[in-house]
Amino acid sequence: MTGAAEATSVDPATSVDPVIPVTPVIPVTPVAPVEGPAGTAGLSDSGGGSSRSPGRPVQEIVFPTREQYLSVVQGYRDDGFEMCIDLCGVDYLTHFNRHLPDGVPPERFEVVVNLLSLSTARRVRLRVQLPESHLEVASIFDVYPGVEAMEREAFDMFGIIFAGHPDLTRILMPEDWEGHPLRKDYGVGRVPVQFKGAPGPR
Amino acid sequence: MTDPTSNTPEDGVDGTDGTDAPALPATERGAGTPNDTTFRASAHEAESSGHPDTPQSPPISRDQYLKVGPDGEPIGLSAETFEGHQELTRRSTTDPGELRREVGAVLRLPEGVVIDPANIDVEQSDDNTMIINMGPQHPSTHGVLRLMFELDGETVLRTKPVIGYLHTGMEKTAEELTYVQGSTNVTRMDYLSPLHNELVLSLAVEALLGIELPARADWIRMLMTELNRVSSHLMWMATNGMDLGSTSMMIYGFREREMVLAFFEKTTGLRMNHNFIRPGGTAADLPDGWEDDVTIICDTVLPRTDEYDELLTGQPLFRQRTESIGRLSAEEALALSLTGPILRSTGVPWDLRRSMPYLHYDQVDFDVIVGTYGDNFDRYSVRLNEIRESIRIIRQIVEKMPAGDYRVQDKKVTPPPRARIDESMEALIHHFKVFTEGFKVPEGEVYVAIESPRGELGCYLVSDGSSKPYRMHIRGPSFVNLQALPVMMRGGLLADAVSVCSSVDPVMGEVDR
Repeated sequence: MTGAAEATSVDPATSVDPVIPVTPVIPVTPVAPVEGPAGTAGLSDSGGGSSRSPGRPVQEIVFPTREQYLSVVQGYRDDGFEMCIDLCGVDYLTHFNRHLPDGVPPERFEVVVNLLSLSTARRVRLRVQLPESHLEVASIFDVYPGVEAMEREAFDMFGIIFAGHPDLTRILMPEDWEGHPLRKDYGVGRVPVQFKGAPGPR
Repeated sequence: MTDPTSNTPEDGVDGTDGTDAPALPATERGAGTPNDTTFRASAHEAESSGHPDTPQSPPISRDQYLKVGPDGEPIGLSAETFEGHQELTRRSTTDPGELRREVGAVLRLPEGVVIDPANIDVEQSDDNTMIINMGPQHPSTHGVLRLMFELDGETVLRTKPVIGYLHTGMEKTAEELTYVQGSTNVTRMDYLSPLHNELVLSLAVEALLGIELPARADWIRMLMTELNRVSSHLMWMATNGMDLGSTSMMIYGFREREMVLAFFEKTTGLRMNHNFIRPGGTAADLPDGWEDDVTIICDTVLPRTDEYDELLTGQPLFRQRTESIGRLSAEEALALSLTGPILRSTGVPWDLRRSMPYLHYDQVDFDVIVGTYGDNFDRYSVRLNEIRESIRIIRQIVEKMPAGDYRVQDKKVTPPPRARIDESMEALIHHFKVFTEGFKVPEGEVYVAIESPRGELGCYLVSDGSSKPYRMHIRGPSFVNLQALPVMMRGGLLADAVSVCSSVDPVMGEVDR
């Protein structure tokens, strides 16, 4: 499964030119869960609840591998997902055995990307598994320049390297900060409350 | 869609290139005797070498700093600092990655141009431009935002927003708080629209819980968030007016916002940081006589927007400072993931209330305001008219507000009523359990987004089945929208930077989280 050619096969019916709609977009009947691009595992709506209100759109989730990631994102971009609305990291150190579809080996880190199509009012979420030993993934800055700050934030908070990012530096923490605060093994500092005769700091 | 990276690197330093004769390669410039002063490792070094061996400052000769190669050419500097030995390489041999970091990254190029290190003129690039900091304490940056400008005269070439001064690790804190406590945390992010923050977290938690709220709870939420949109936009009108020199607008905006805040105080107990919208509903029902209060707010604010219109819209000074300033195209806005009034001002009719409705926004009638040119004036018009549309929505909510419960009657999520605690031991235990342990949320992950006054406010929530979020990520619209500053300011005047920054309406509490 080579990525670039296959990645465009999301749903030909909905692939439209990324033209800005001139009339307000009418919502959204919940779309049928679609398979992800070939070679990636697809999943629909893993959000736990059983009963859903009808107005709540179904969430499409796709699990590309690190190698497929960039071409899958490019494919979605060509399919009319004009905007990368969000990108963040998750550290699954203490929740390693989460629910994932078959064929997606769980890894410690995930990069979660939310794409948005304005023309069809659809969202899709990409979850990329990254092992701790090789915490690097391609930057999608060239596809969506708007992820510049978001990728920096994920780097700052988790230490995920986005190869090809123009300026992968810390964004929220001071430049000389050590460690990546949102990792689960990053100690949460506590200020000991001082009482007379209290034991020392924990 | 146009490629936002189409600008060439030469554009990025427009105004500096071409005005100088091409600089000699640095190796040639550095050639000569070790005493040649063209070797500029630092300004200080170059200056001190200009006055060698004056009696007042003798003891360290320049040779002690300079390491000279076998050909008599300086190969670098070495100096002892209080931190130990320090070796500086000469500028011309600086690693390209380092150069790119210094030149291209420290000051962000607009439109995300990736610069080629080969094009960086290490000797000349900074000579004709000036770098100026605005902030982090500048009053016009609306909080602790620092802007680094590269100026050519008064023209802004490149801008870099530097953020993080207000970072308090709220996403990390959220992992230590239960879902019940969570809204006290998120309400402090965007402190000008706290109810939207509470709403997005509550919607995410409820999506994972799979619970359905009573209709009244949803309508109360709509009422409160729309009022909050009015107060937030009024606050923006006020600060924007102040930034442009209209002090009376500042007073007016705060005056009307005060009415909304007074209603919030009556309803939630607090003027800001309400913790009113909670997973499972709201904290309380609306107070008696709320219809009258809300109607008075609508009847007052709506005619006042006409006064603002009169005060600002036709005023030549105001128009000169806003029209065609900070222009942005729709393609740029989409590429930079901008949302909210900034995106709508470029002509894209994207409003989550209309396009992907949540709560009961599909049952109210309102218009999505769009602009045409994407300049400051359009952003002003969009926000001013959104106040009117919000009031239109609020009037419909007052009419349509259903009777019923204001929170879900799910014993796992909802604490018992206060009166029951006095008479029932079980209710007391139940109350205690809900507020100490919280409730468990099924395993899963969800992304929920709503339209805040600043754009798409999203919440990505991961639950591991416990009573605390495993990961809570807030997609703050201000955080993303700040990326538009370098594009909007490029080529404009420094004086307009204040106006542009104000028109983005960043709230630093949400940017830094």
